[in-house]
This record gives sequence, C-alpha cells and structure tokens, in this order.
Amino acid sequence: MITKEDLEHIAWLSRLELSDNDKEKYSPKLNTILDYFGELDEVDTEDVEPTYHVLPLSNVFREDEVGGTTITLTQDEALSNAPKKQDGFFKAPGMM
Amino acid sequence: MWASINELKERIHADSSEEIVAEYLERIGSSRLNAFITVDGDGAISRAREIDSENSDGALAGIPIAIKDNISTKGLFTTCASHILKGYVPPYDAHVIERLKEAGAVIIGKTNMDEFAMGTSTETSFYGAAKNPWNTDRVPGGSSGGSAAAVAGGEVPLSLGSDTGGSVRCPASFCGVVGLKPTYGVISRYGLISYANSLEQIGPLATSVRDLATLFDVVAGHDPRDSTSVDRKSTYYSALKNDVKGLKIGVPAEYFGEGTDEAVEKSVWDAIHTLEDLGAAHTPVNMPHTKYALSAYYIIAMSEASSNLARFDGMRYGLRTGDTNWHTTFSQVRAAGFGEEVKRRILLGTYALSAGYHDRYYLKALKVRTLIKRDFERAFNDVDVLVAPTMPYPAFRPGEKIDDPLSLYLSDVDTVPINLAGVPSISVPCGFSGGLPIGMQVIGKHFDEATILRTAYTFEENTDYHTKRPEGL
Repeated sequence: MITKEDLEHIAWLSRLELSDNDKEKYSPKLNTILDYFGELDEVDTEDVEPTYHVLPLSNVFREDEVGGTTITLTQDEALSNAPKKQDGFFKAPGMM
Repeated sequence: MWASINELKERIHADSSEEIVAEYLERIGSSRLNAFITVDGDGAISRAREIDSENSDGALAGIPIAIKDNISTKGLFTTCASHILKGYVPPYDAHVIERLKEAGAVIIGKTNMDEFAMGTSTETSFYGAAKNPWNTDRVPGGSSGGSAAAVAGGEVPLSLGSDTGGSVRCPASFCGVVGLKPTYGVISRYGLISYANSLEQIGPLATSVRDLATLFDVVAGHDPRDSTSVDRKSTYYSALKNDVKGLKIGVPAEYFGEGTDEAVEKSVWDAIHTLEDLGAAHTPVNMPHTKYALSAYYIIAMSEASSNLARFDGMRYGLRTGDTNWHTTFSQVRAAGFGEEVKRRILLGTYALSAGYHDRYYLKALKVRTLIKRDFERAFNDVDVLVAPTMPYPAFRPGEKIDDPLSLYLSDVDTVPINLAGVPSISVPCGFSGGLPIGMQVIGKHFDEATILRTAYTFEENTDYHTKRPEGL
C-alpha cells in the first residue's frame, strides 16, 4: 500500500513535482496495480537466481581513446539541443 | 498503394524513386490516421533524387520507410511522442538508420507512438492518438501504432518499430500487418531511446513476410556500440521456404486463457490446422509461469524506465521551464514534460527499486523471469516453434481502457513473456472478426528467426489474410 507519505517520497526520488490534485489522482491507481503485482508473492522462488539479462553477456571493453567506433560529437553538436547554454557549457539551474 | 518491395523496385526502374516517394507523401498528407509525428517531405524527395541519379543497387534503393519516433535520426526531430523532447534533433543516427541509408532506403518520416513506448494503444502520444486504418473508431495498438497504421494504411511499404513488451506485435496484429520482435541482441539498440533496455528490441513491420525479411536483413547485425549486440552472421530472406513438413508446433494452453476472444481462439486454431495440412504437427505444451509474466514484466519495465528516464532533466535537451533551484527545476521540468502514464511508470518503478521494496518487487520479478525463461527452454526441448494469439482480442475502442491502466496492461498478457525470455516472435494476420484483423504469433528459440520466418512465410503463401486491405481511407 502506497500511502500519501510514500507517494511524496517516491515523487521526490523521481524528481517529479506532484500537485495535491495529482496525488489524489495517482494514489488509487498505483495501489490497484501494486495489489495486482502482489500475486508474485505466491511464486516459490527459493534457490532461483534472478535474470538481469537473457543472454550470457560479458562486459565489452574498448581502448580508452577518441575515434574509431566511439561517437565523437563536436562541442557545437553536443550543445545543439541545450535549452540554456553559456560560453560553450550547459547552463544548469542554481544549486541553492 | 500497398505495393511490395519487388513491385516498387520495378516501378523505380521504370519511373523513379522520386515519383513513388511523392505519391506516398501525398497519401500521408491526406490521411486521417495521424500515423506520423514528423514527415520529412523535402528530405525524402531530395534523397530519392540522389538514389535515382546514383542508380543504386542497394537492397532498399529508393524504397520509402517510416521510423518510430524513439529511434534517433540525425537532423530529424525525434520526440518519443513526449512533450519533454519537443524540438529535439539528434546529432547522430541510430545503427539501424545508418544501415537503412547504406541500403538506399528513403526515410519518409517519424511515426506516432505511445509516449516513450509505454502503452498498448497509441493513445498516450503528446501529438494525439493514432487511428486504426480498418476502422478509425478503433485503436491501432501500441506502442508502435503509427508504424503499423502507416503500413496497413498504404502510407509507406515498410516501417520500424520497437518491441519492449509487444509494441511491434500488438499493433501488427491490430492493423493486420506482419511484425517481428527479434531475439534480444540481434538488432543494435544504439540510437534507440531506452525505455526498458533489458527487454526491448527494434523490429521491422511490412505487409508480407518476404518484405519483412528483406528489411530485417538490412537492419540486423553486430554493432560494437551496443554492448548487448550479438556477433552472429545470418541471412533471413534465404530462410523463406514454403515448407513446414515435419515442423513441431507447441500450443501453450496458457495463451488461450480467460479473456481470450472466441474469434481469436478459433482463427489461431484454424491457422494451426492449416499448418498441419501442410505437414506440420502440433502438440500441447505447458508453460506454468505464464500467468505471472505480466506482473514480472511490468515491475522490471517500470524499474528500468525509472532509471532510463532520469536523463530527461531539461539540461542537455528538451523542455526547460523557468529556473528556480537545482532539484525544483528538474522536478518541474519533468512534471510539465511527462504525461500521466510515463509518470505512473516512473513512480512505480522508483517504488519497486527503493530501499525496503527492492527485494519484494524488483528482485522477485527477476527471479520469476528466470522461471518464465525456463518454461520456454523446456517447451523448446520438444517443439520447434510455439503458436499462440498475439493479442487476446481484436482492436478496442479509443478511451475503452485508457482510464484503467491495469486493464490496459492485461492486454499484453500474451506478448510480454516473449520479451522476458528474449526469444523471437513474429505476428502474422490469421483472420478477421467484425472487420478487424486478428494476428497470431509464431515464437521461436533464441536466434532461430529462420524457423519462425519460414513458418510465417509458409502460412502466408497458403492463405490470403495478408492480402486484405482496409477500404474507405
């Protein structure tokens, strides 16, 4: 059961501002879905390993250098979609 | 307007790619389906002219194609049907786009979809719902609804979608076209904007298995920029043989469960019997964990989504609201930019990963995923392919399920197990009910696309469902 406090906490972790109206709207539907997920409690998963990936993958390494198969965007390309930029940097909101 | 690749090539040879592209653009321009978010008319015409002057012999030289709007196209808007990516122009091409360009394909536009591929009906698009060409009072399915509607509506001969939990196969089924979810790792995800990265694959859509295989050959293959891309050489078109003699078909009763429409059940069984008349044999198989696939899928998909969508903060691209402080600005950008379903999945995914709930939801779902994967491994010890309905029912009405998320999720009951196991599955038209198409899926072993393509091709060669076209568009 997701309480109003839980919802406020996960909204904060998710960086999603929710209005009071949103909270009213989301709560019941989230709980209906969560109740449904509760059916997994009845599955015996004792000694079952989790599957994070379906294929036996190992990490892929490459040389730590620019070029080859690495994408190299120019500074202009990297900044081309930034809504706010200054002196060749992304412009972030203030910390405080 | 529903020409095959071969017919189009003859016309390109006789006339020009430019003429064909112009015809499709005209059809898109007068369409009521809202299948496209962006149409690149000028770009497509100028590319077609280039192909005409080069006399290119690429596999798709001069053939128009539409691309789901979550696949990055250099210089062409890519929005994921979300307000938060409004105006975003990728500075690079996805691997599949590089491949298509090398093969001479002409990218005609970007197709409508559920926002960030989260949906089953293409109703959550910021750019408005797409419509089903067979009946515009029905949804086209989702999330690649625009890609399927465009092909079914004769607005483009080929398209690409992406399939995280059925998002290629569902709209293929609802719109009466062919759609493939390949084995995880067969098509590079480089440039696909991630929703749930351990589940999703880019997949081709077409009006026939033959055309689908041609497109699949172009876009499949190893790419070192996607660490989950598999290095295997295959040609799929050459697998197309009109022959299923000795093929062992498994039929999992769990996929014909409660809520399956009678007409769907009958059409799929008729299809199985057609394949038997052609020399295949069917046997029942048990997949006892199927009923838990939906919960496991949604927990994993939402968890991965909550992480993957953390990148949308208005700093490097997309929407930006007025700045206050660091955290508040991001929270406001995301509140303004994401739609309701995307927020719901981020919230639930964050909950499932949060301290105290991680083991109960996320880890548990991953363990159930192992059991589902084993169901498939066990079934494939005895059979070559599985045949089942793609969707439990034909296309539903707009608004019918969208306000009840759980009932919408339940539509995915037959498609999500495939993504959890990472196996390939193709949806092909196998009947009609009330004027709406029905699709069946042919599911294969890991990397055995050849067998499901051959099965689908043989079915198609011996039936005419795939030749039916919607009227009155």
